[in-house]
Amino acid sequence: MTRRGPFLLTVPMLALYLVVLCLPLAMTVVLSFQTYSHSAGMGEGFTVSNYLRVVTDEYYIEIFVRTLRISVITTVVCLLIGVPEAYIVSRMRSPWKSIFLIVLLAPLLISVVVRTFGWSVVLGPSGPFNQLLRAFDIPTLRLLYREPAVVIALVHVLLPFMIIPVWASLQKLDPMVESAGLSLGASKSTVLRRIVFPQIIPGILSGSLIVFGLAASSFAIPGLLGGRRVKTVATVVYDEYLTQLNWPLGAAIAFVLLATNLAIMLAYNAMLEREQRRSIG
Amino acid sequence: MRNGPLSLTFHLLLVVFLLAPLVVVIMVAFTPGMTLEIPLDSFSLRWLEAVFHHPDFVASFWTSLWLALASGTLSVLLAIPAALAIARSSFPGRDAINGLLLSPLLIPHLVLGVAILRLLTVIGETGSFFWLLLSHTVVVSPYALRLILAAISGMDESAEQAAYSLGASRWTVFRRITFPMILPGITGGWLLAFITSFDELTMSIFVTSPSTVTLPVRMYMYASETLDPMMAAVSALMILITGLAMILLDRVYGLDRVLVGER
Repeated sequence: MTRRGPFLLTVPMLALYLVVLCLPLAMTVVLSFQTYSHSAGMGEGFTVSNYLRVVTDEYYIEIFVRTLRISVITTVVCLLIGVPEAYIVSRMRSPWKSIFLIVLLAPLLISVVVRTFGWSVVLGPSGPFNQLLRAFDIPTLRLLYREPAVVIALVHVLLPFMIIPVWASLQKLDPMVESAGLSLGASKSTVLRRIVFPQIIPGILSGSLIVFGLAASSFAIPGLLGGRRVKTVATVVYDEYLTQLNWPLGAAIAFVLLATNLAIMLAYNAMLEREQRRSIG
Repeated sequence: MRNGPLSLTFHLLLVVFLLAPLVVVIMVAFTPGMTLEIPLDSFSLRWLEAVFHHPDFVASFWTSLWLALASGTLSVLLAIPAALAIARSSFPGRDAINGLLLSPLLIPHLVLGVAILRLLTVIGETGSFFWLLLSHTVVVSPYALRLILAAISGMDESAEQAAYSLGASRWTVFRRITFPMILPGITGGWLLAFITSFDELTMSIFVTSPSTVTLPVRMYMYASETLDPMMAAVSALMILITGLAMILLDRVYGLDRVLVGER
């Protein structure tokens, strides 16, 4: 085969990506620097005012701060639930282990709209959650269209993304090392803290990263469970595009989101490499 | 080490948390009433029937089905040659191309939707099913590529070498040996691409127009205006369809392998 042969095999897929991925992204970068006025619509002039507005206008700052807060809380909750759960399931015996792994991960394949709608039923004013509270004479909670509902649904939808990498790093553990620790007189908690935990840190980090990135850009959950009260970056971009029709501003907000996500990912990779160098050297 | 009672209680509570919204939705779908309530004494199929008489949901279901079938197939057709090149040979820029081809996994669908909407407006193709298909193919093909790449790199090459040494042509080796050996990866990749396309909301909500509204977009729009048992019935049917696809995926490739990514 000539040296070009293998490259040619990737050309059809590359061509599609150039037209439907790279070109649109480039066009949207240009768009985000265009002017816009409500009377004249989009102008051709070059301006950085859209980006300036995103970082100075209090309305947008509040939305970015809220999105950040929701994403951080979601990530922490996923971490606190997902890491122990992955560990518990990894210690189960043969049929249960794979059954519960599928129970944990299969919801991933069910539409986010369906799962979000499910939470709006469960958390609704007369839904099962409030009925349960009423049965115990606890005052009912108004959760819908408030931040807690958004966080609950985000945790539900994103938990598998925390469990998968943690599970993968648990699989690499040598159970003999745990047994060795125990037989040398270490307590269970010491074994967890000193032997298991340090080895699954890369899995925890990469899970947190994925959960954070997906939480920050999630659309259906804040859209359906946050209503008009809990606007996030994704729902605001949607508003700018489809109700305000200010596309340049919407594009600028979307790129600030993309840039934040990519920056966090690069910082994570740098951290991971440092970590690896330290453990080798 | 065994799990203690505390661990098992935590585990059970979490399983309840994970399954609660799905179980509740399926139960509400059978309510005879007009509100979102779990039926306790009487059941009815009226809402499930109503879905099939709702022209918008029916039209969107067919749009989503064709879209998922076509984008799954197209992404597999593009991913097979690309995966063969990337897994089997080294050429300048191979790693960069591999990175680019997997990059839609890292870009928020929101950004993809905004970007593709811009392209379609400029070229005057908003509302075209063909361009909706191409945009879905970009989003789902990394999933197909990943599974096919895994199948190729895990495959034993000696059978191919034997065939070559016996004089088989390149095409015969691919058709008679390579293709059958990586078929589970291809079917698994196709199914995963199908499911991802069938469920995709965030990009589609920007790219679809009234004539090409997909089912998730229709459901999102319906649920943001009215919350009635119709939504629960559609959701229950979606859970059923996804469940069937999952069973298929489990049979041909192994659900845990797809989900955890181990081979």
